[in-house]
Amino acid sequence: MEKNIFGKIKTEAHSKASTYLKILVVFLAVLTVYQMVTMDTGNKDFFTATSDTLRNINTVFLSPMLRRDTLGGIINVLMVTLCIAVLSTIFGAIFALICALLCADNLANKKVAAVVKAIVAVVRAIPTVLWVLIFAVSAGLGATAAVVGLTFHSFAYLVKAYSEAIEEDDKGKIEALRASGAGFMALVTQAIFPSCIRMLVAWTFMRFEINFTNAVAMGAAAGAGGIGYNLYMAGNMYFDLREMGFLTYVVLIMVIILEQISTRFKESVK
Amino acid sequence: MQPNSEMNQFLRNKRLSTVIGIAVIFVLYFVAAFVTNFKMNVAVMSFPKAANWIAKYMIPDAQAIERLPRIIEKLTETILVSVAATTIAAVFAFIASIFGSASTKLPKFVNTIVRVIAAFFRNVPDVVWAMILMFSFGQNLLTGFFALFFSTFGMLTRRFIETIDETSKESIEALTACGASFPMIVFQGILPSSISGIITWILYMIETNIRSSTLIGMLTATGIGNLFNIYYNRMQFGSASLIIVLICVIVILIDNLSTIIRRAIN
Amino acid sequence: MPILEFKNVSKLYDGKTKAIDDLNFKIEEGEFVSIIGPSGAGKSTLLRCINRLVDASVGEIVFDGIEVVQAKGSQLREVRTKSGMIFQHYNLVDRSSVFENVLHGTLGRKGVLAGMLGLYTEEEKLRALEIIEELGLSDQTYKRCDELSGGQKQRVGIARAIMQDPRLLLCDEPIASLDPKSSKVIMDRLYNINKNRRITCIVNLHQVEVARQYSERILGVSDGKIVFDCKPEELTQDIINTIYKSQSDELIMDLSEVGNAA
Repeated sequence: MEKNIFGKIKTEAHSKASTYLKILVVFLAVLTVYQMVTMDTGNKDFFTATSDTLRNINTVFLSPMLRRDTLGGIINVLMVTLCIAVLSTIFGAIFALICALLCADNLANKKVAAVVKAIVAVVRAIPTVLWVLIFAVSAGLGATAAVVGLTFHSFAYLVKAYSEAIEEDDKGKIEALRASGAGFMALVTQAIFPSCIRMLVAWTFMRFEINFTNAVAMGAAAGAGGIGYNLYMAGNMYFDLREMGFLTYVVLIMVIILEQISTRFKESVK
Repeated sequence: MQPNSEMNQFLRNKRLSTVIGIAVIFVLYFVAAFVTNFKMNVAVMSFPKAANWIAKYMIPDAQAIERLPRIIEKLTETILVSVAATTIAAVFAFIASIFGSASTKLPKFVNTIVRVIAAFFRNVPDVVWAMILMFSFGQNLLTGFFALFFSTFGMLTRRFIETIDETSKESIEALTACGASFPMIVFQGILPSSISGIITWILYMIETNIRSSTLIGMLTATGIGNLFNIYYNRMQFGSASLIIVLICVIVILIDNLSTIIRRAIN
Repeated sequence: MPILEFKNVSKLYDGKTKAIDDLNFKIEEGEFVSIIGPSGAGKSTLLRCINRLVDASVGEIVFDGIEVVQAKGSQLREVRTKSGMIFQHYNLVDRSSVFENVLHGTLGRKGVLAGMLGLYTEEEKLRALEIIEELGLSDQTYKRCDELSGGQKQRVGIARAIMQDPRLLLCDEPIASLDPKSSKVIMDRLYNINKNRRITCIVNLHQVEVARQYSERILGVSDGKIVFDCKPEELTQDIINTIYKSQSDELIMDLSEVGNAA
């Protein structure tokens, strides 16, 4: 029996983990409170602003209407956004596949793996929009820069996903094939691809879903074209909330369809 | 049928599906390239150009070093907003996920309502939140905070529901059988069993939010995103590059830190 | 008066699949009853209908004078408080200490705020410590439950149930995830609790030999129906074969051969 600081019997576990957990929670809470108290909120009256926001949300989501573009035009830009996502997913997947083979624990040379992982960490750490803007300088603003910029994060995400899929799938068979003298290419095509190709495809599709969302954002923030650009123009240039609402619903429906497909896909692989 | 010919059949099928797979990818590529007017040569050439350009201009210069205090101030602001938005969203998401999880045995329609709300907040693009909020809250940090808050809330609700379903089913059942009432089950059963999963997602979202706040900052003219935009548009690439380097360093640091924290709290 | 009575109880899943089908039986105070039958026969559903982890579709269940099927709110909590449950997978809160898990047994009688925040009285804590000692877990008191072995976890599960001061113990496959040695320890504990504390025990088992060895009465369940209800010595191989339909060989496990390791 042990007593706590109040002289009562202690009931909690002896566990460093719980102590660290408490410290972390307190730390996050303190940071949050500090930030909320000191945050520069401009000179806006909070309540007026909130009620304005609610009114705007109301307009955007409850009375959407297409006023500037035609439905055909919207479908066209939606396709552009989808295709930007398709291209960046394809390129990301190709590069990622090569690198995943180079850095999966059960296949790789340790030094090569460390280099690949470091590159992936750096690529991942720089926000997508910055990649797009970096390439916009050399390729010009537009779809090409968006595809290249989005490819970076697709690559980083998929390297991690692919290499984990390959590691999980292994269960000693790579060792066995290697012992029988199989070369690297034979190993890849005979042992790895056949059994985890479905898993790889599922991850790729999940990334495609993320890429679509990102492609919308890039259209808005980096002028990369597609439906995101129309959203940005409707909002920031024409202040047309109802048009924005319509476009938002188009994006929303698309994303939910993709999310459903990728959830089904993932479940079928499990 | 001889085993040999069966084997051949199998290999032929495999080769066929490989060929079909590659063909599908090619078709997708050509269609997508046509629709978006994507130029492969431009894309390929942009790499050496970008490398060249980065080597020439994207080097922090004296002016950038002078601006370091201001950059760090904006960066700290961005990090703090991301932390605050994530933490507060996590509290709301936890409450929502209790009602959204099937493990708590609440009526099905309650689960469905929560899931639909979460899907809505998660999938409305950040861009839209940012613009709606900017109309009423103006160009200040609160706008960025709310934009992050909404999408984080949607995302975390989904993840917390998954976490609760994976980790807490058994303790919910046991505490129910003890005669515990619903709030007791939440605090004594669900919270302790799912907390490490929850923290993992919170840390991940903080990191993600630091990255996406760059973009939201550009749209709402606040924080580090806005500062980057200003330097970029004035073609002061030395200062812009310093921002990229610092974001990169911070995100990698936080990524490693969260790995350490995850291990420590488990 | 029997402590538990089932009258025409059925449970339908999705409105058609019958998990249990028109059950009628009585259990007297202090009995040690085993329910045997193949997996999927409805044993687990039967047990869970008693404390309403599963809601029976039709019929009447009377436990200690309370009509269980109709019970709501505080009456339902009373049913659950008076009946302790022991689970196949122990169902402990892994991150919490053994001590806290045992104290969860008091939650049924606590006020909302105290229960939410885990504020227990010194009296409750002392009683929990006694029970922990009785089950030989004193050295584990302040350990997290995920650090324990399977047998230890199940003893925590038993301690939590006893902490409820129940009149009835519902044990759902208590030894199905344990090795023979730990299984014997757990069954011995349940037997002693039944004899010393006069707590009625209903134990779901799929090992026929274990049921024969420990119980005073055996109910055989197959396809949601009670196919026999007898004393262990009346249980013949013929009866066993009918309920298990020739899969009985795999299910024989004899704890009398396991040495007294506890």
